[in-house]
Amino acid sequence: MTFLELTGVQKHFGDVAAVLDFNLAAERGEFVSFLGPSGCGKTTTLRMIAGFEIPTAGRITVDGADITRKPPNQRNVGMVFQSYALFPNLTVADNIGFGLKVRGKSSADIRKRVDELLGMINLPDRGNRYPYQLSGGQQQRVALARALAIEPQVLLLDEPLSALDAKIRITLRKEIRAIQRQLGITTVYVTHDQEEALSLSDRVVVMSDGRIEQIGTPFEIYNYPSTTFVASFVGTLNLVDAGVVDAGTGRLSLAGQEVRTAQPVTSAATGDRVTLAVRPEGIDLGEGPEGRNRLRGQVEDINFLGSIVRLRLALGGTADGSAPTTLALDTFNEPHLTLPAVGEQITVSFPPEACFVLGATGGHVAPTPDFAAMEDGATA
Amino acid sequence: MTVGGPAIGPRAPGALESVASSTATTRRPRRRFGSPWAWVVFIIGVTYFIVPLIATFEFSMRKKPAFSAYSDALTNPGFWSSLGYSFIVGVITVVLSIALIVPTAYWVRLRVPRLRPLVELVTLLPFVIPPVVLVFGLIRAYSRPPLPFTYTDIGSTALLVFAYIVLSLPYMYRSIDAGLRAMDIRTLTEAAQSLGAGWFTIIVKIILPNLRVALLSGAFLSLAIVIGEFTVAAYLVRPAFGPFLNLLGGSRSYEAAAVSLISFGLTWLAMIAISIVGRGSRTRITLAGAR
Repeated sequence: MTFLELTGVQKHFGDVAAVLDFNLAAERGEFVSFLGPSGCGKTTTLRMIAGFEIPTAGRITVDGADITRKPPNQRNVGMVFQSYALFPNLTVADNIGFGLKVRGKSSADIRKRVDELLGMINLPDRGNRYPYQLSGGQQQRVALARALAIEPQVLLLDEPLSALDAKIRITLRKEIRAIQRQLGITTVYVTHDQEEALSLSDRVVVMSDGRIEQIGTPFEIYNYPSTTFVASFVGTLNLVDAGVVDAGTGRLSLAGQEVRTAQPVTSAATGDRVTLAVRPEGIDLGEGPEGRNRLRGQVEDINFLGSIVRLRLALGGTADGSAPTTLALDTFNEPHLTLPAVGEQITVSFPPEACFVLGATGGHVAPTPDFAAMEDGATA
Repeated sequence: MTVGGPAIGPRAPGALESVASSTATTRRPRRRFGSPWAWVVFIIGVTYFIVPLIATFEFSMRKKPAFSAYSDALTNPGFWSSLGYSFIVGVITVVLSIALIVPTAYWVRLRVPRLRPLVELVTLLPFVIPPVVLVFGLIRAYSRPPLPFTYTDIGSTALLVFAYIVLSLPYMYRSIDAGLRAMDIRTLTEAAQSLGAGWFTIIVKIILPNLRVALLSGAFLSLAIVIGEFTVAAYLVRPAFGPFLNLLGGSRSYEAAAVSLISFGLTWLAMIAISIVGRGSRTRITLAGAR
């Protein structure tokens, strides 16, 4: 059953449209992330759920109750800010208990709940400290506990890990997810970090220029981006120019070599030029089994990226004499890995399912694959 | 073309070493006692500040026996009554100023930041309008019905407080505004709102406690102005410290010099109190950024 619902939500600041026609239905206990670049409207949408901004149009409901125009202090929504926003004049315990005190709870109830939350965030002995006496990670844990203390219907997190260093970010990410699962609280998480969004969320809302580009599970978003923007924003992607040889059977010509897609090309006609997208990790060294697309090219560059090695392959010039098409492929960095030399001619391969066609004008991928069947297949 | 992913590039060999060596070569040795010019400026400043005090002290000591000007001033009943009156008026002024300016400055910063230049201009008006103009305006406006403030002592004192609120506006507003600037009031407000707090709770529980040092600075500056103020108090015929000092200077010049130094000492004590309270402050505004 839908718990948090945004219907046709829009926000304009003067002539500037910050959010346009935003529709989302989140289930109770679901973890939804808003992912997008700066200025895409994700924080504005979050602030509208919190009540800090009033939508220009549309409706926001929580558990069936319309909260579109309710003041923020009358919504039961907890919020965690990027800058922690702990009250500097209050101790950690007082910060966590602030919302309960405002609600007129007894001192004993407040103390009990604060102790419980301090234990949950692994800071049981820090109740008497002031925020400035804590590290950034500890402060953000306290901010999370403070937001959870009031037992909110919805928890909102606005880039909560952006100000922290990489190691703490990963630790805290896991803790946030564990606490969210433990409490079963409906959560909306805003981030521009795709790794964060993909690793934390049940569903990801990818946004650009105030619009939703795609809503889907991390698997769907990563493997089946529905727009050029999503394809280019999430993960690393080869975007190469190809000619449509036969739209009906999904046959394309890439730098004079044939490539097949799993689906017929519907966004362009035979003879059109299209953009072919394929992820570097979808391409393997060698010819691979029968039925795969095979491409020959010259190794241009080899980069070690830690756990993976990225090779750049020049596929040769196009028919009109333009620059050669370059393709990147990633392979796991293992001790017994044998790599080709720079300048060597090699064959690489990838299955038709690994590539998809973006329309000649950057349109949608069509048709939409059967995600459920594919996920089942992937699990099997 | 490949989009997304990390940009990789070879690290220049010896890059770290070259940075380290350049840092070492460009680091200047620290001067232990600062530059000579800084000392010249410091000595001129201290001289400008100290010489009048020494002269005043020397003048006050001409009355024999030694320190009799001070003992006479301190035993003068008018000294304590006028100082007490001015102090009470000053405290009321400070309390009303805080009640008026904190919500105003907070609201302007939070909701209408575009109006800040206008509000700042208004708060600077007391520097442009002389106190004598202000007090004549007040007397003309409030010495007749429907608001005959000057008909009673309490009314005149109220008028004096209102005038002092105006006169201390630049100092109080600037102190509070600087205090608000030092904290992220928008995020703190939103955090409190999301926890269920209303405006009154936010101002009393969150904003005011975090403005403690700024409020103390503004309060002591206002208090210093009120205690030494002469024009408004004299024209409203109030038994304040400024008119008392003026009266004393006309008849007993040695005692007047002594009283000046005493009031100066009291002001300094107040400043030291601010610095002690400020240093002991447990609140530090550290929003954003990992430690």
